[in-house]
Amino acid sequence: MAHLDIRRLSKRYGQFVALDHIELAVDEGEFLVLLGPSGCGKTTLLRAIAGLEMQDEGEIVHAGRDISRLPPGQRDYGIVFQSYALFPNLSVADNVAYGLNSSRNERRLAKQRVEEMLELVGLPGTQAKYPAQLSGGQQQRIALARALATAPDLLLLDEPLSALDAIERVRLRGEIRALQTRLGVTTIMVTHDQEEALAMADRIVVMQQGRIQQIGEPRDIYRQPGNDFVADFIGRGNLLTAERVGPHHARSGDLLLRTAAELPAGATARFYVRPEDIRLHDTLDQGENTFYGHVLKCEFLGPYSLVTLRAHTADGRPLVAQFSSNYLCGREIRPGAMLRLGIPAEHLQPLPEAA
Amino acid sequence: MILRRPLVFRSGAERLPGVLLLGAAVALALFLVLPLLALLVGSVRDDDGAFSLLRFVEFAATPGMATAAWNTLWVAALVTVITVPLAFLYAYAIQRACLPLRGLWRLIGLSALLGPSLVGAIAFIQWFGTQGVLKAWLGGASVYGPVGIVMATVYAAFPHALMILVVALATADGRLYEAADALGASRWRRFRTVTLPAAKYGLISAALVVFAYSVSEFGIPKVIGGNFPVLAVEVYIQVVGQHNFGRGAIVALLLLLPVLFAFAIDTWVQRRQQASLTARAVPYQPRPDRRRDLPLLLYCLLLATAMLGVLGMAMYTSLVRFWPYNLELTFDHYIYGLAEAGVLAAWQNSLKIAALTALFGTPLVFLTAWLLERTPARPAALGTAVRAMAALPMGVPGLVLGIGYILFFNSPDNPLNGLYHTLTIMVVATVVHFYTPCHLTAVTALKSLDREFEAVSASLKVSRFVTLWRVTLPVCLPAVLEIARYLFINAMTTVSALVFLYSSNTLPAAVAILNLDEAGELGPAAAMATLIVLTSALISLVYSLLTHLLLRRHQAWRHFQR
Repeated sequence: MAHLDIRRLSKRYGQFVALDHIELAVDEGEFLVLLGPSGCGKTTLLRAIAGLEMQDEGEIVHAGRDISRLPPGQRDYGIVFQSYALFPNLSVADNVAYGLNSSRNERRLAKQRVEEMLELVGLPGTQAKYPAQLSGGQQQRIALARALATAPDLLLLDEPLSALDAIERVRLRGEIRALQTRLGVTTIMVTHDQEEALAMADRIVVMQQGRIQQIGEPRDIYRQPGNDFVADFIGRGNLLTAERVGPHHARSGDLLLRTAAELPAGATARFYVRPEDIRLHDTLDQGENTFYGHVLKCEFLGPYSLVTLRAHTADGRPLVAQFSSNYLCGREIRPGAMLRLGIPAEHLQPLPEAA
Repeated sequence: MILRRPLVFRSGAERLPGVLLLGAAVALALFLVLPLLALLVGSVRDDDGAFSLLRFVEFAATPGMATAAWNTLWVAALVTVITVPLAFLYAYAIQRACLPLRGLWRLIGLSALLGPSLVGAIAFIQWFGTQGVLKAWLGGASVYGPVGIVMATVYAAFPHALMILVVALATADGRLYEAADALGASRWRRFRTVTLPAAKYGLISAALVVFAYSVSEFGIPKVIGGNFPVLAVEVYIQVVGQHNFGRGAIVALLLLLPVLFAFAIDTWVQRRQQASLTARAVPYQPRPDRRRDLPLLLYCLLLATAMLGVLGMAMYTSLVRFWPYNLELTFDHYIYGLAEAGVLAAWQNSLKIAALTALFGTPLVFLTAWLLERTPARPAALGTAVRAMAALPMGVPGLVLGIGYILFFNSPDNPLNGLYHTLTIMVVATVVHFYTPCHLTAVTALKSLDREFEAVSASLKVSRFVTLWRVTLPVCLPAVLEIARYLFINAMTTVSALVFLYSSNTLPAAVAILNLDEAGELGPAAAMATLIVLTSALISLVYSLLTHLLLRRHQAWRHFQR
């Protein structure tokens, strides 16, 4: 049995379905990320696991114990919120020690534990400070130390990085992941930031409208999106509709494409092509899956450029290609130019029929 | 699909907040709603207890009553129309302009709170009365009557409106002003489209409070009203003098109806007002602007001078031997009032009432607000009911509350009958009477806390009561102290509800002073009123010092708050 087992969990607010029969198994020591747009149910799911929201039906089993109806205090987890929720009137030491036994003979142990935890989050010696004296990132580290001080079996993170600025966010996400790996604590994090999810997760759970759309490792979610929503939500992409002309061939407008994957039977096929999978070829290259594209727009974004192109595909929808700067070697792309492009056969991932 | 209701999984300590909230609901129902219902029932019953509308007919036929009712309503309306704009502009000057000495203007603006309402009445008699220094200003009109009543009531109600409006204008989204400026809106248009809508709720609340205050004001018409009949006085004669409770009920009901009507509008406005200020708002910082600041400074100076003139005249009256013939300074009025007229005992009663009101009212108000704002799942109807009952007292004139208490607690069938005429019932009435502003202060403070505090403590297996003690209470301490001070000072000076509830042993000072005045002892009345002003001022001072020390010694963290 999984370490945390969620079975048929449902929750409604009036007409709004926040969770629709969620089934999810979390392994011990795993870093799981719940990802989705706002209102998709990810936060509700986290709060249900924490006992802060009560589900209408379904069970939650944690380490073999049915916790579905237990109040938060009788579950075993630590939680960190987006707002940090540090107690402003207590010092850092008191904040971290808040959940520790404060009886007289335990006090020395508590002090030691606080020291340990501050060391762990990289803020030793800050015991006497108040939260308002710390930066946002430091406050979030203290919140993390507080959540971990009682050595909970489960760590819940509710958008812990979204209140921080971009640089601090990237730094702290690396630290949190390293800390989690070191402690081996089973962790569930909620975020709407796909880059954060890809960077941190062992597995990502993509949610939409109260349902799980796909569960998988970051690479699989990115490379093989299970449906249109996941494909759209994670990264950018181009949807190509084509006519199946053979088990490994499809035609889209003037383009004849060979695919590595075998195409399912049926008249039409749909492919999901990531912008970075579109290659730039020599103008006279006649290799397989190559075609001409007319540059409509080129956005220079530092390490890479985004190029919007029109090619003779079936629906004529513009394609977006991403060329990294070192791939282009200083070559400039201007609107109106004609480029020879190609899509390698192994990057033509067939998508299931739209629902 | 069968939707199973969430099972009640809470037990023991988890259920305690719900139980406590139920307790608060019962207390408010018992001491607010039931007395008001008793009014309703009392007004449609005849002397034998059968249903009848006879009292309404009888009331309409009583010669003086209809006039008194009409007088009360138009005076209250006039007072509201004068006070609210005056207070709004004053609050606007304090909050939205760059004036020097803002704290001083605010202090003087609230100074009328320190004394009983008759301070204004006495002072206006001295300024504009038969022997008045500025009698000529009235151009022949007599101050004894509606003119004096309106002036003195405006003076007394001004700080109540000011408090609400200062809060209403305290927070504004600076981005809206920047947007208005960027779009080239004129000063007036910006005021009309940004400032006023944001303060709408405060304006309506202030109007409601001033109206209710004026309707139930008893001391002012008694002192300066001359032969001008108003309901508060008539009702007092009917109820206390002639024990005609039924007629009192009719009057109280008539006064309650317009207020309840306004209250319904108010609740409606408040519901639509929500989320005008989001978490992303940028606080508005006024920038110096001579064209705006100078007129507003003059306005503040003018009003402050007038208010100090009123307070100063009352104090001066208490010190001169016999106005205006013998202006020798003396403490005789104080000695007479305290020793011979027995105001000392009344003053001690008032101190007791005020201390008990603050002592029991503050925890009750704060705890109830905490239960409402910071504790989870309970029957939603319970929360709604408590919220509504907490908001109701603002619209209930003290006079109405007092009569409701008589009808409800004086009834021999009531098991709480023993409370009648005790100090306890006076304390309870005072807490209920001033409940709403305290409740709003507590709610505002509690709402400003991070909403996940309780969730974090639960995850750390710390009881929410421990978190209340260790975090919520310390963080909200300024609000708690403010509630205590507000209750104390208002309990010290109020007359409107207590005048129906005291006995010879529990006579409060503010009422004793009215009796002195009735006996023609204007000097001693002024002296005793001054004594109350000084007591309140002293308490305020002690409060400020205490707050300062407490926050400095135990709340070092506040220095780091940005």
